[in-house]
Amino acid sequence: MSSKAQKRPAVLNILLIAVLIVWMLAAAFPFLWTLWGSFKVEGDFFSLANWSNVLTGRMTEIETGGSFTGQGYYGAWIEEEFWRAAWNSTLVCIFVVTISLTFGTLGGYALARSTYRYAFWFLLIALIFRAMPPITLVSGYLPVFFEWNVWGYLPTAIIVLVAINQPFTLWMLHSFFKNIPQDLDESAMVDGCTRFQAFRHVIIPVMWPGVITTGLFSFLLAYNDFAVTAMILDKQNQTMVPKIASFLGTTQTKGNVMFAVAAVVSTTAPLFLLVMFFQRQIVSGLTAGAVKG
Amino acid sequence: MKHGAFFWFVLPSATAMVLFIFFPIVSVLMQSVFTEHDQIIIEVENCGPFGCTTATAIDQEATAALRAEQPLGQFAGLEIYTDRNHLATTEVSRIWTQSDSIGQFIDRLMNLPFYKAIGFTLTFTFVVTPLTIIAGFIIAVAVNSAAQAIRGPLIFFSLLPMMVTPLIGALILFWMIDARGIIGSVLQWIAGDPTLSVKADTGLMWIMLMVYGVWHAAPFAFIVYYAGLQTVNKDTLEAARIDGASRWQQIRHVVIPHLLPLTTFIALMQLMDNFRVFEPIVSFNASAHATSLSWAIYNDLGGETQQLTSAAATSVLTILGVAILLSPVLVRTWREYGKA
Repeated sequence: MSSKAQKRPAVLNILLIAVLIVWMLAAAFPFLWTLWGSFKVEGDFFSLANWSNVLTGRMTEIETGGSFTGQGYYGAWIEEEFWRAAWNSTLVCIFVVTISLTFGTLGGYALARSTYRYAFWFLLIALIFRAMPPITLVSGYLPVFFEWNVWGYLPTAIIVLVAINQPFTLWMLHSFFKNIPQDLDESAMVDGCTRFQAFRHVIIPVMWPGVITTGLFSFLLAYNDFAVTAMILDKQNQTMVPKIASFLGTTQTKGNVMFAVAAVVSTTAPLFLLVMFFQRQIVSGLTAGAVKG
Repeated sequence: MKHGAFFWFVLPSATAMVLFIFFPIVSVLMQSVFTEHDQIIIEVENCGPFGCTTATAIDQEATAALRAEQPLGQFAGLEIYTDRNHLATTEVSRIWTQSDSIGQFIDRLMNLPFYKAIGFTLTFTFVVTPLTIIAGFIIAVAVNSAAQAIRGPLIFFSLLPMMVTPLIGALILFWMIDARGIIGSVLQWIAGDPTLSVKADTGLMWIMLMVYGVWHAAPFAFIVYYAGLQTVNKDTLEAARIDGASRWQQIRHVVIPHLLPLTTFIALMQLMDNFRVFEPIVSFNASAHATSLSWAIYNDLGGETQQLTSAAATSVLTILGVAILLSPVLVRTWREYGKA
């Protein structure tokens, strides 16, 4: 197989390795650097005197006595009550993922099985909705939410995020259900099941791989959202991302930018674990739309 | 599937989308053609020892009553679209007549908020998208040539810039390019200018925002291309080899045609995503140098006085922009699924 003619020339090999090294540095180094720096004081993380201070922790040692400090984390989680934002994010993510998937599996299943023309139109409209930048919808929400007095609460944000999530969820689950053979639920219906019973007893047990992949992306959308949650949640109900954005306004004047750094690291950590455990599902989800067609 | 069953199955998700996507779009359209009522002014005569003066005052009660009666405000037609903060038609025509050269015209045009925003948005979209595709392709080829054992970790780290929250990813880079951060120091050292600051320079800020854009989006292009490379037909490749195709010819005539449909897919997704560029501008605190359409809406909504009407008009213009970008996708979907 690997005849001499197919061996890569040395120059090409060196070039490929160089690309890999540069890209790995670009992709991973910023995160490692910020993780490391989050245990230092501001004088080290942003050092005017000498950039290598952040490695040696000179100012950190002078200010706190040790070469690492948890001050940033203490300040963010306890003093600035980041734990509240973390709890809000947890609630938002759990509810958005569960509700999105419930609505999405029902809708996606119907869209995959219907042979009528309107199912196509439904999907096309969903595609248009999916392309809308969420922030353009926000000015439509605000007057109504103020009027009904529902602005600022978590359930409002959850419902809005579920709705914004629907077009994507529908498309993904639709193409997933298309791959489950139709004979499966049809034979159940021949045996006397109703459509819903067939869905309940035949489709649900085999749908989990697709649901998990879709759920991951719903989670990411809810977890990463800034545009919607920043505009429709009030201060106590803020989730983590808008909370970090609000740190930028207040902490820079107080000289506590390290709170924001610690909060950023705390918010990124769960995403790291997520990618680590679900890498295969994420890759298959990202490529599902493309490789199949 | 029967009509009845279909209806019940899609009902929850259709309701959610109608209530929270379709109605808001209608509401945004409505808001963009109404402005707030003018305050009702009454003349009050104040008589004192030195004679009488007439002063004007706001009739609070009548204003409130009018607002309650017509909560949408007064009909303004397309007035808001043509005002200074949006299309600025009068200002543009004035600049056009007063400018000596195209360069000067564009320069002055960029001082108008809407054109400043759309200028950056379009530049960002059309610079970042091709660079993302090229970067993603190169990374995919490099990872594909690596030993099987280290591909897992390589993919893991490659995914990170995309998976991390955009606001946070941009912040992490922003702290590093700060004049006191590591990349900032390196830049100063390269330029030999210890006062160099990315924050203070419009050109550098634009470049950094686009660097962020490529860094954030390249993993997506990478993973799609990487998956594509796994499915290149081995037989075709071998046949080409037997026929004496060189390495470059194999790539040119077998691999690239195979990846071409993927490129269209990536390009369309990226055009849509980059058009809504927003979070990095907040993170980089860059609004003095670069604004985008989404940022303009955010700014209108988040200010001390919420300018709902202005935000609504910008939203409608943004939706129009998305619609133009989206039209090829719609045609493609139409061809693919519409015939079935």
